[in-house]
Amino acid sequence: MNPVNYLYLASLLFTIGAAGVLIRRNAIVVFMCIELMLNACNLAFVAFSRMHGNLDGQIIAFFTMVVAAAEVVVGLAIIVSLFRSRHSASVDDASLMKL
Amino acid sequence: MENLIALLIAAPLLGAAVLLCGGRRLDRVGHWLGTLLAAASFVIGVVLFGDMLGKSGEGRSLHQHLFSWIPVEGFQADVAFQLDQLSMTFVLLITGVGTLIHIYSIGYMEHDERRRRFFGYLNLFLAAMLLLVLADNYLLLYMGWEGVGLASYLLIGFWQHKPSAATAAKKAFLVNRVGDMGLSIAIMLMFTTFGTFAFGPVLSSTGDATEGKLTAIGLMLLLAACGKSAQVPLQSWLGDAMEGPTPVSALIHAATMVTAGVYLITRSGAIFNAAPDAQLVVVVVGAVTLLFGAIVGCAKDDIKKALAGSTMSQIGYMILAAGLGPIGYVFAIMHLVTHGFFKAGLFLGAGSVMHGMNDEVDMRKYGGLRKYMPVTFVTFGLGYLAIIGFPGLSGFFSKDKIIEAAFAKGGTEGWILGAVTLLGAAITAFYMTRVMLLTFFGEKRWQPDDNGHEPHPHESPKSMTIPMVILAFGSVFAGGFFSIGDRFLHWLEPVTGHSHGNPPVSATTVTTATVVVLVIGVAIAWFMYGRKPVPVAAPRGSLLTRAARRDLLQDDFNHVVLVRGGEHLTRSLVYVDHTLVDGVVNGTAASFGGLSGRLRKLQNGYARTYAVSMFGGTAVLIAATLLMRAV
Repeated sequence: MNPVNYLYLASLLFTIGAAGVLIRRNAIVVFMCIELMLNACNLAFVAFSRMHGNLDGQIIAFFTMVVAAAEVVVGLAIIVSLFRSRHSASVDDASLMKL
Repeated sequence: MENLIALLIAAPLLGAAVLLCGGRRLDRVGHWLGTLLAAASFVIGVVLFGDMLGKSGEGRSLHQHLFSWIPVEGFQADVAFQLDQLSMTFVLLITGVGTLIHIYSIGYMEHDERRRRFFGYLNLFLAAMLLLVLADNYLLLYMGWEGVGLASYLLIGFWQHKPSAATAAKKAFLVNRVGDMGLSIAIMLMFTTFGTFAFGPVLSSTGDATEGKLTAIGLMLLLAACGKSAQVPLQSWLGDAMEGPTPVSALIHAATMVTAGVYLITRSGAIFNAAPDAQLVVVVVGAVTLLFGAIVGCAKDDIKKALAGSTMSQIGYMILAAGLGPIGYVFAIMHLVTHGFFKAGLFLGAGSVMHGMNDEVDMRKYGGLRKYMPVTFVTFGLGYLAIIGFPGLSGFFSKDKIIEAAFAKGGTEGWILGAVTLLGAAITAFYMTRVMLLTFFGEKRWQPDDNGHEPHPHESPKSMTIPMVILAFGSVFAGGFFSIGDRFLHWLEPVTGHSHGNPPVSATTVTTATVVVLVIGVAIAWFMYGRKPVPVAAPRGSLLTRAARRDLLQDDFNHVVLVRGGEHLTRSLVYVDHTLVDGVVNGTAASFGGLSGRLRKLQNGYARTYAVSMFGGTAVLIAATLLMRAV
């Protein structure tokens, strides 16, 4: 099977994730969409690894997973504490960062 | 001998310092001290005069270098004095008449509790005026010029509790400032043209400068002279200056200070001789003022203001003569000296009348005073005969010479100037006869004032009448003394130069014409004021009379043209400032404010908006990178 197809899939997934980040309001969904974008990247890295015949892409995919796991820990903690203080998980409600 | 020159100035200056700083301890002796120092200055003047008579030719000009005032490379300002025949004439006039007026003031100001201060100011005036005429360069002359202006301001406003006096003092000072600007500009022009402002180098090197420059300097000097000598267009202060005590009017506004302009023009004769255009303007100013002052003098009922109009007119004669060039310089100064005698005498006489009449100044409320004040009547009468040019008295000789010189100017100009001076002589005869008739002849017209006090006219004390008598002697004999054998001409000629011009008519004809117009003027005045009783309330009068009572609308003119004009100018400048300058500044600020207000909206705090901008930005960067690769 042509590895380029994996790249098409990866870009499709990335676009879906990006659209979700930009459109959805629920922080959990946004978070999940970010994970989707990261995984789309991982898929692309692995596909490139296969296409170029070396392991660099796979190694980067591992790094990405580790970082993503760490990010999940921090991100979820923030979302939970935000929900606790505001009784809402909407990202638009947390709009204090303006002049 | 030349070391005495500085003492001339030092004596009255010391008096001013002691009297003004000495405090109340000196109240009882202040007036004696002031008079003594003025007299000392006069005595020094006489000594120097005797010494000068003993010499001849160039030796008569004395020079004293006191110290270097501002010694800078390329700019040398010295305090140095020059005493030549012209300065000597002024020194004797200033200190002589000045001393007499000091003596007169002892009596006149007897009941004024600030008499000591008054004498301090008088001494200050003498010192400044002497500095003016003795300076050997224009910068030092300017210092004296300003000092005279200051003393004049202080003395006009001496009765500062009267708002009218305070205003008059301010007015005099401000109008004088305009003239002073002229003098300072003239001095600056001299420095840039000649590189110095000492009389000697400047006046002997007028040939090196272009005529345009000399004309500019001449016109600026004329502006200065107009301010100090109350010539049109800067004449408006002199009438109001009569708010000061009468001795001040006599000393400053008749005999000495107002002659400073004539001195300046005569002293700068070399400049004017080389700038005919400036000279023509001088003559025109003199001729206009001559008639202006005379017309104003005809309409005033205030005795001092009538005399002030007369002063303006007589100084117009002098300026006119000075503008004629070498034909007229000597006669300008000669008229100045004789005028100093009779005008001081007339003013002192007016002061004496006011002294006896509870300070009433309206001549319509006098009448028949000759019986009550015989000495004042006789001295005033002699001054009157002198000023109208009664044959044989001082004014006759000096004014006649000026009229002759005006005719001698030659051409159409000469005829016009001659006619103007003759007309002026007729009007002078008219208004002075009017003053005389209203004051001393006819029935008594005074009435009790509001408090029921009726004035009791009485002769003034000796301290006042003696100076009047001495001045009357001068009024009678000075002109004849100067003219017989052309004494004054020979005395002054080495300094000012002299030429006879080419008179189109003989001197006898001019003299006859002068006497004829004199008789006409006196006759008209007698028909109007001598033959029938004078009403106490002033009649409405013709349009010209009413205008002349308001000083020929000079204040209205100044108000409309200068004050209103200035206001409109500042208003339009403020408008331009507010709309244009502020508009640009505020517009720039507002547009930046508006822009930033719009940009601020982007910072809405929504995380998704920021994400869009990051996403968009990244997309643009990547697109740009790819595009660059492709190209």
